[in-house]
Amino acid sequence: MLTIASVAIQLLNGLASASALFLVSAGLTLIFGVTRVVNFAHGSLYMLGAYIAYSAGAFLMASLGRGPLAFWTAVVVAALAVALIGALIEALLLKRLYDAPELLQLTATFGVVLIVRDAALALWGPEDLLGPRAPGLDGAITLLGRAIPQYDLFLVAVGPVVLVLLTWLVTRTRFGVLVRAASENRVLTAALGIDQARLYTAVFALGAFLAGLAGALQLPREPANLGMDLAIIADAFVVTVVGGLGSIPGAFLAAVIIALTKALCIALGTVDVLGTAIAFPKLTLVSEFVVMAIVLALRPQGLLGTPPAVPVTTPLPEQRALVVAPGVRDAWIAVAGVILVALVPLLRDDYAAVLATDILIATLFAASLQFLIGTGGMTSFGHAAYFGVGAYAAALADRAGWPFGVALAVAPVAAWAAALLFGWFCVRLAGVYLAMLTLAFAQITWSIAFQWDAVTGGSNGIVGVWPPDLVAGRKTFHAITAVAVVAALLGLYALMRSPFGRALRATRDSALRAAAIGIDVRATQWRGFAVAGAFAGLAGGLFAFSKGSISPETLAIPRSVDALVMVLLGGLNALFGPLLGAAAFTWLQDTLARSSEYWRAMVGAGILVLVLAFPNGLGGALARITRRRAG
Amino acid sequence: MTRTAIQLAVAVTVAFAGLTAQAQPIRIGELNSYKTFPAFLEPYRKGMELAQAEINAAGGVNGRPIEVISRDDNGTPGDAVRVAEELLAREKVSMLMGTFASNVGLAVADLARQRKVLFLAAEPLTDKIVWDQGNKYTFRLRASTFMQTAMLVPEAAKLGKKRWAIVYPNYEYGQSATAAFKKQMLFRQSGGLEFVEQAVPLGKIDAGPVVQALIDAQPDAIFSSLFGPDLARFVREGQLRGLFKDRPVFNLLGGEPEYLDPLKDEAPAGWYVTGYPWYAIEAPAHKRFRDAYQAKFNDYPRLGSVVGYSAVKAAAAALAKAKSTDSEKLVAAMRNLDVDTPFGKVTFRAIDHQSTMGAYVGRTAVKDGKGVMVDWKYADGKDYQPDDDVVRKMRPKE
Repeated sequence: MLTIASVAIQLLNGLASASALFLVSAGLTLIFGVTRVVNFAHGSLYMLGAYIAYSAGAFLMASLGRGPLAFWTAVVVAALAVALIGALIEALLLKRLYDAPELLQLTATFGVVLIVRDAALALWGPEDLLGPRAPGLDGAITLLGRAIPQYDLFLVAVGPVVLVLLTWLVTRTRFGVLVRAASENRVLTAALGIDQARLYTAVFALGAFLAGLAGALQLPREPANLGMDLAIIADAFVVTVVGGLGSIPGAFLAAVIIALTKALCIALGTVDVLGTAIAFPKLTLVSEFVVMAIVLALRPQGLLGTPPAVPVTTPLPEQRALVVAPGVRDAWIAVAGVILVALVPLLRDDYAAVLATDILIATLFAASLQFLIGTGGMTSFGHAAYFGVGAYAAALADRAGWPFGVALAVAPVAAWAAALLFGWFCVRLAGVYLAMLTLAFAQITWSIAFQWDAVTGGSNGIVGVWPPDLVAGRKTFHAITAVAVVAALLGLYALMRSPFGRALRATRDSALRAAAIGIDVRATQWRGFAVAGAFAGLAGGLFAFSKGSISPETLAIPRSVDALVMVLLGGLNALFGPLLGAAAFTWLQDTLARSSEYWRAMVGAGILVLVLAFPNGLGGALARITRRRAG
Repeated sequence: MTRTAIQLAVAVTVAFAGLTAQAQPIRIGELNSYKTFPAFLEPYRKGMELAQAEINAAGGVNGRPIEVISRDDNGTPGDAVRVAEELLAREKVSMLMGTFASNVGLAVADLARQRKVLFLAAEPLTDKIVWDQGNKYTFRLRASTFMQTAMLVPEAAKLGKKRWAIVYPNYEYGQSATAAFKKQMLFRQSGGLEFVEQAVPLGKIDAGPVVQALIDAQPDAIFSSLFGPDLARFVREGQLRGLFKDRPVFNLLGGEPEYLDPLKDEAPAGWYVTGYPWYAIEAPAHKRFRDAYQAKFNDYPRLGSVVGYSAVKAAAAALAKAKSTDSEKLVAAMRNLDVDTPFGKVTFRAIDHQSTMGAYVGRTAVKDGKGVMVDWKYADGKDYQPDDDVVRKMRPKE
């Protein structure tokens, strides 16, 4: 069935899909290259582009007629409007956060995602909005005996044209010189008297312009809808990383490779390989992450990226709090806080027990991530993988009839094993590349859970995972969770103070010096990675039994993001940060979801307020207060 | 004189106390993924509002008004279980209802079993919620994936086509629709059937390559269970590339206003769909519902409106029949419960807790620049069930 002609046409289809992906990713990579902001809201800008193009198109067509003029004006208007929105986000929000820990900006842009989503729902309503086809490009031409939409051919051309224009802009203009200079070394650029503030705003606006343009150009192919933001953002991250962060030609190459891979998977259909039928179209769920894992394993800096010459980040003073081992006093304060939360349900109704259980599980999950980032110096965008593996392992053990205690004990072991496997690859990388590889592994794990019906229950997951009746009561189970979490946290703190914990911190601060005094850097980081995974897995096991069921969302991207948000809200450096972050985030969500229709936007706004008011997290602020008292 | 005054005062107080005791509303806990699937669930919420207002205007249930307390479950089973616990433990609701996606529905169903409380699953279509993973406390209103597929199969089998292309969103709903379609077709049409499949990630269909792959597979007919933005992209791309030319297309849910209306004048013509032609159903029960809905909201009803409305009506009917808010009595009342809905009378089957609510089956057409359903008929849910023996075998023992 697969002929040369059909493959050729599928490659053409792939190129058309690659264009939108490239435009979005090019903006993302530009912004990252210059400002080092991982812009989670880039998908939201893309979505806004589509919605604004829809409205502008409807308005202009009413006055100018349904001709090309109205259509293309609407596209330009949308892209410019989104550029303006991007500039505002940068100037009003991110500008205040450049001195904060890098990941805090990611948290802030996550707040923006939530706000934009609800704003779009309020402004444009819940129904999908199908825009007009492009006038003049609304038909199809025949190629190799197959009808190809004219608009697809136009899109195939858009990618390279934008690539050429951007390359010209970056290599041939003064603006481009500044962009390249700032990408290479922003401190030095600033020292030369370049107005960084304006440069950053301009770059952010340009990146947003490209996202808005991509959204507007997508409108003839896809209705403007509220799922567009998250549908593209993960792919755009992948493209950016596969291409090499900051590299625009790399983004183009990566977009083409990923779109072609998907098109080929679809073209292959179900194929018999050695007697087993493999449904290649199903692989489109995960293909981009497989590509990313392979590329990063072979070429850590991405296809066209340049490896960083010297480790660029020196910890800021505030980030050094955990340089020394956590003091015994700090540990007791943190544990006392957890015990306090554990006692809350004694005062209130059964639901307080449920909510407090959720908070404690989230605390342990966040603490394991804080250990990985704070002590280990390894950022993970895919920490949900270990939470989820733990949850699934506990659920499967329970299904197999193993006793509750054993099933719960299986969770950290399984997660530890998974982290050991993935960690072996991850610790070979550093910085954002490491983070993106963890994301890739998390997505691959997710798709296994999603597709392996016979074992994991597929998209439905596994239900009926309850603790035995004796401890199934809301308050009883809460007590068990509290004991487990306190014990785990004490173990984690002890580990931080142990020689292993000190060695791990040494690898974080200076891999070179650590190696010089005889620490096996990679082995230490590897062990640290696995330990963090085990603690996340225990949280996952508790989660499975507290909810009675699990499904693939346990290891999906939003859960990884939640963990990051909680760690950063709480503060990267305060030992009781995870508790504060988990409590604030869970409580915020629980309360606002009940009190307002637009609760997501409220949660987003809450995150922005916290981030702006406490750039070092709630824990950081608290620590400063106690230190001031003490001193 | 004073004595009379005192007596009067006492009488009035007692009467008021009685009235307030009576006025204590019966609370129904509702949870749904309002922010995840707003196109379906905003009309659903309005439907619930209308039903609640009607029931309370008519004096409530058992002399008490009803109050639906709604929560957003954030589209995830974990959060759904948490808000359900909140409704049970803090709001002291008498029963649970709602949910949209299969995984959320199944998780809440299992919580209902654990906490021994009635759960009326309004929308989830998964067959498992009443069969493989069914439980004593869970009932389901909407016609299931199996039932809706069964409604389309007779027409599909009549065409005598051999080679079918199947395209579906790659999760529970699409997977079971595909499995049900293949199984029922093989049962009805002997010999020579071939199926080519394209599973697409939900909300992320790569329409160009998918349509091209289907064309290259040269099928005689197409069966799709796409909906929402995926469906819109599939339709546009398929029309441009000529996929639908001379090929009959069947699309589950394709006639629901939620998914047909956004296509406007590009709605496909001649597709076989299940859906809801609200503009054309003139049965008195439906007309009354439609008029009331339009009067209250100044908008036309979607299928979600009917589901929300009927779910609250079913809950009220169960409360009235049980004359109690006790879970065990409510469960007993739900078995063989008759409920009047805009689609007519439906019954919750005792055998598997599935209601007999049906769906409208017809062909699509474009009229006045809008997609509509024509040549439709109401397919009563009771006629599209497997044999009782089969059902009994699938359901776990209680």
